[in-house]
Amino acid sequence: MADRKPLYLMTPALAWLTAFMVVPCLLVLALAFFRRGIYGGIEYTFTLETIALVFDPLYASIFIKSALIAGLAGLIASVIGYSAAYAIAAMPARRQPLLLFFAVLPFWSNYLVRTYAWIVLLNREGLITALARYLGYDGEMPRMLYTESAVVIGLVYNYLPFVILACYAPLSRLNPEIAEASRDLGGSAWTTFRRITLPMTAPGIATGFVFVFVLSIGNFVTPALLGGGQFQMIGNLVYAQFLTANDWPFGAALSMVLIAVMMGLLTLQTFVSERASGARTKEA
Amino acid sequence: MLKQTVAVCALLGAAGVAGMTAPVQAEELVVSNWDGYMAPDAIEAFNEATGNDAELVLHATNEEIMGKLIASKGRGYDVVFVSSPFAEVLHNLGLAEELDHDKIPNLDNLYAQAQELKHDPGNTFSVPYAWGTTGLCYRSDLLEEEPTSWMALLDPSDEVTGKTTMLATDRWLLAAGLLAKGYSVNETDPEKLQEVRDLLIEAKKTLLAYDDTTFYAKLVSGEAELVQAWDGWCNYGIAENADIKYVVPEEGSDLWVDTMVILKNAENKEAAYEFVNFMLDPENHGWAAENILYKVPNEPAMASLSEEMLETYPNMAMSPDALMQYEQLRDVGEDQRTYSRIVSEIKAAN
Repeated sequence: MADRKPLYLMTPALAWLTAFMVVPCLLVLALAFFRRGIYGGIEYTFTLETIALVFDPLYASIFIKSALIAGLAGLIASVIGYSAAYAIAAMPARRQPLLLFFAVLPFWSNYLVRTYAWIVLLNREGLITALARYLGYDGEMPRMLYTESAVVIGLVYNYLPFVILACYAPLSRLNPEIAEASRDLGGSAWTTFRRITLPMTAPGIATGFVFVFVLSIGNFVTPALLGGGQFQMIGNLVYAQFLTANDWPFGAALSMVLIAVMMGLLTLQTFVSERASGARTKEA
Repeated sequence: MLKQTVAVCALLGAAGVAGMTAPVQAEELVVSNWDGYMAPDAIEAFNEATGNDAELVLHATNEEIMGKLIASKGRGYDVVFVSSPFAEVLHNLGLAEELDHDKIPNLDNLYAQAQELKHDPGNTFSVPYAWGTTGLCYRSDLLEEEPTSWMALLDPSDEVTGKTTMLATDRWLLAAGLLAKGYSVNETDPEKLQEVRDLLIEAKKTLLAYDDTTFYAKLVSGEAELVQAWDGWCNYGIAENADIKYVVPEEGSDLWVDTMVILKNAENKEAAYEFVNFMLDPENHGWAAENILYKVPNEPAMASLSEEMLETYPNMAMSPDALMQYEQLRDVGEDQRTYSRIVSEIKAAN
């Protein structure tokens, strides 16, 4: 008889997720198929109009814009995060836990507080300007806060630890003998990195990138605070439908498409990394 | 992977789910108000004075309480504080109690003008609690000339470019453009709305930010010099820096009114009436004027304000007649989607 223990152990988590995530999410998403009542309530007549509205050029362009910002944040975070993870993995083993601890330290503070800290830093009368003035610069400072760059900076900063952790795992597991073998066979340090280390740790980068992308594309706090409300990302649009426009059906329709995009990416990422690790196991 | 999905769903779902949870447990009397919008001990004082057992719950926005009320058909709450367009919606949905004026003797304290507001002439379903204007709040020490027109904000001089903010809420954001063009703040003509959209897209290029909550702090720090503001909130800036001033531009303002509504499905209507009457007591109503720096439509309450206060905050001295020349924001029904679409177009524009 098959071992039932895993099933028993999983039941509470599955029940919890079904009751408190799947069911409420489905209830909200179901609203996408109804009409908005004239006074903001919900009129229970079936319609596909609301979902069609998501593909209107205006809203589609907001989707694309959000994807570009999230993609840029993911790219920058991947480069910085991979380098950091590489450096940590190269350190003596006893120092690595401490460095990883520092990498995730920001997670111990509230997301809003961290984001507000950037406002203190970047605003026109903020610390960076004050520092420049102190150092004797008295020209006009470029505008830093309430720009698209500020939004990207905020996203990269907030989600960087995910990339570091995701890249550190494969980098630290890498057998140093493989790299040594490559060097013995005449590969330069760069060739070794490019042809051995990078491909073997690519799933980590992909995981990190997808994390940052998925968390960024639905984010609404960072664009609202660091973008000064001027850069509407899809998360802000969803937020506005539920909380200011009182248009729950449209908010639900937008969320549905957003969740579909995220699920698609996460599934792809799982599939890719599983195939990659499968390939590695076979090689070994 | 599931964890991320959970986080994402939770984030997306939170807003919607919040509205679908069961209404608060029925107490003797449940009052929902914005945080800090009445005296901290008002409920306690009411309970002591009337022997009732009232409980205060808070809502952050009109939309939040509306979501709850629509989902519960108004059950679970007795008295709610909402802005006038939302009071109108509650009435249209049949959720607001037809008021029996005999049970609210303190209605007599209201200015005559406050009893003839356009959204509800004769106070048949709502009682005004605070009212005021939306105009320009600015640093008189940093601006070269005092602004007099909405165009000072929408087409700013080089000197203030990048140092202005506008309200982020759909209706007020559009109101600035509608008023500048001389249109009604409830305009629904698509062509006029397009014109306003184009004007506001141009204005966006000169803006520091859209800001509903911290604009007066930005003025105090000098990060912004000219902002679109509600008069009461501009007063918070004035309290910290006497060089901050408020003006209603020559093209006018909207007249915003926050109201108290008793719900038709209230469990304890007698106590609800008592509560509304209690809040209209000059002393209790005056607390709002003195402490929140909002004008209240209560004649004896306003008469009790000190000279010094009216000098410090000149907009507190605005007469009811002056306020009544402005148009109230009304519920635009089906056209709400057009409004929020235009705001999306403005915010998505580069």
